[in-house]
Amino acid sequence: MHMADALISPAVGGTVWAASAGLIAYCSKKVRDDVDDRIIPLMGVAGAFIFAAQMINFTIPGTGSSGHLGGAMILSVLLGPYAAFLTMASVLTVQALFFADGGLLALGCNIFNLGFFPCFIAYPFIYKKIAGEKPSQNRILIGTLAASILGLQMGAFGVVLETLFSGISELPFGTFVLMMQPIHLAIGIVEGMVTAAVISFVWKSRPELIQKTTSPAPSGNFSLKYVLTALLAAAVITGGILSWFASSHPDGLEWAVFHTTGSEELETPGHGVYSLLTKIQGKTAFLPDYNFKTSKNSDIKKPEPASIIDSGTSVSGLVGGALVLVLAAFIGFALKKRSGTRSHL
Amino acid sequence: MSRIKTAFLDLGHMDTLSGRDTFAHRIDPRAKLLTTLIFIITVISFGKYEISALIPFFIFPAVMISLGELPVYYLFRKILIVIPFAVMIGIFNPLIDREILMRLGPFSLSGGWISFCSIMIKFTLTAGSVLVLIACTGFNSVCMALEKMGAPRVFAVQLLFLYRYIFVLIDEASRMANARSLRSFDGKGKGIKVFGYLLGHLLLRTIDRAQRIHLAMLCRGFDGEIRVNRRLEAGIREVIFTIAWSAFFIAMRFYNIPLIAGKLITESIL
Repeated sequence: MHMADALISPAVGGTVWAASAGLIAYCSKKVRDDVDDRIIPLMGVAGAFIFAAQMINFTIPGTGSSGHLGGAMILSVLLGPYAAFLTMASVLTVQALFFADGGLLALGCNIFNLGFFPCFIAYPFIYKKIAGEKPSQNRILIGTLAASILGLQMGAFGVVLETLFSGISELPFGTFVLMMQPIHLAIGIVEGMVTAAVISFVWKSRPELIQKTTSPAPSGNFSLKYVLTALLAAAVITGGILSWFASSHPDGLEWAVFHTTGSEELETPGHGVYSLLTKIQGKTAFLPDYNFKTSKNSDIKKPEPASIIDSGTSVSGLVGGALVLVLAAFIGFALKKRSGTRSHL
Repeated sequence: MSRIKTAFLDLGHMDTLSGRDTFAHRIDPRAKLLTTLIFIITVISFGKYEISALIPFFIFPAVMISLGELPVYYLFRKILIVIPFAVMIGIFNPLIDREILMRLGPFSLSGGWISFCSIMIKFTLTAGSVLVLIACTGFNSVCMALEKMGAPRVFAVQLLFLYRYIFVLIDEASRMANARSLRSFDGKGKGIKVFGYLLGHLLLRTIDRAQRIHLAMLCRGFDGEIRVNRRLEAGIREVIFTIAWSAFFIAMRFYNIPLIAGKLITESIL
């Protein structure tokens, strides 16, 4: 469920990046101000643990498929939300850089979906409420399970919203939600069970590790004021994006209606999409020549050979594209040869 | 089982690649990070039906791959491994958007297929550029660059720590997974219960390890602040590198060179 760069628009990616970067800065400050500096090596090693743990599979009973561990909830329980968020962000950064799992720009979205929701919503408002100040085995089990499932549901919904606002995918909201939420419900249940199993194991053998973050000690203290501030900020940002899109969204709907009625005007869909995209992107005021624009112009001049001219542009696009691709490969090989001979000298 | 070993070898391989000494490796990591970011933003700012204008952007990874002497097939395989999510989301475009946008003789292409191709090209470009960045920069240098560019120090240090211990812990986890599969017959003991114990033990060991590391750090005078003794040098070469590539990307964003070139060719033939 890692978002990819190719599926988001710069505006969505940038906005969520800003939100995630702000959260990282805030959490870094919280962790630095924390008196207990044991947390710094613990965070690093715990992140590596999540990484290693995700590599071990287990079989899911009755399905034959295999699942692995999701990280944020274990981290929250062990480290508290701030350190957990930072650790999750760093795990996702390594995944993005080394395995291209989610791109650099989509990293903001991934950190937000997989870090913010579990650490700052599911952990304080679900896990802590259920586990309470005096946790027991059962309370921890139920709390972890519920928090993992709901955290993942929120994350999946985040993916849906980000994809929708980016306008790259054609998937309508309803279908996408119906597709994402049940899949992630299943994943969430499995992940929650594993998380609960690991946490209850730790609880049985080293209860003090978990008690530290659940008890209202200074390191695990969670002020509601800050959560509310963070939520407010998130609401303002989301509201900002929503109002930003509110004006252009009807365009998209209108366009969909046009689409289903099978209107012949080629430029209408193109226009709707691009006006939407330009509004979203803001930066790119200039529209490059697309096929429809040319065909629109040619429609005005002489109506009948629209498709021929249209295909003409596509053919030139193809020819030129192939040419440049060959050129790119040629440049690559030429440079390689040159550096190769130089390294021999 | 093979998965964990592959991941381990994979990380190691990327690390080895980044340790080389070529022109691409010598450029300051900040310049490369910034250029890659600009590259990604320009690529994804294209409209969803764009294909031909995206092609010139292959020049950047191609140049970096050859300057950095990176293995093309290896990087390409890494991209293929992660492409399924983009395919899963993108494959709905051809099903939903059936408007014919392109005709080539008897063949016609719907808008959905064009936007699907566009997503795949964008994915290859963005994912490829990130892999190229890390393969010719190295993770530690990227962390340094992040810190110099304003990321919080705790976060940068956390990334360095994480990277340092990934190798150790993956090694440990792979030994545990190995031991489990050697003792498991007919898939027994591969379920959630044993998995929970397995990870629980790994976690406890991890925490103990963190405590030992912390003590060792205290012994060496750790006071909550991590000092990194490495200097980054950005000279005129870095400035030229960043500005030239950015100018190229922005020019390619505004002028569809393949279309112009193709038009010239097709018109001169006709």
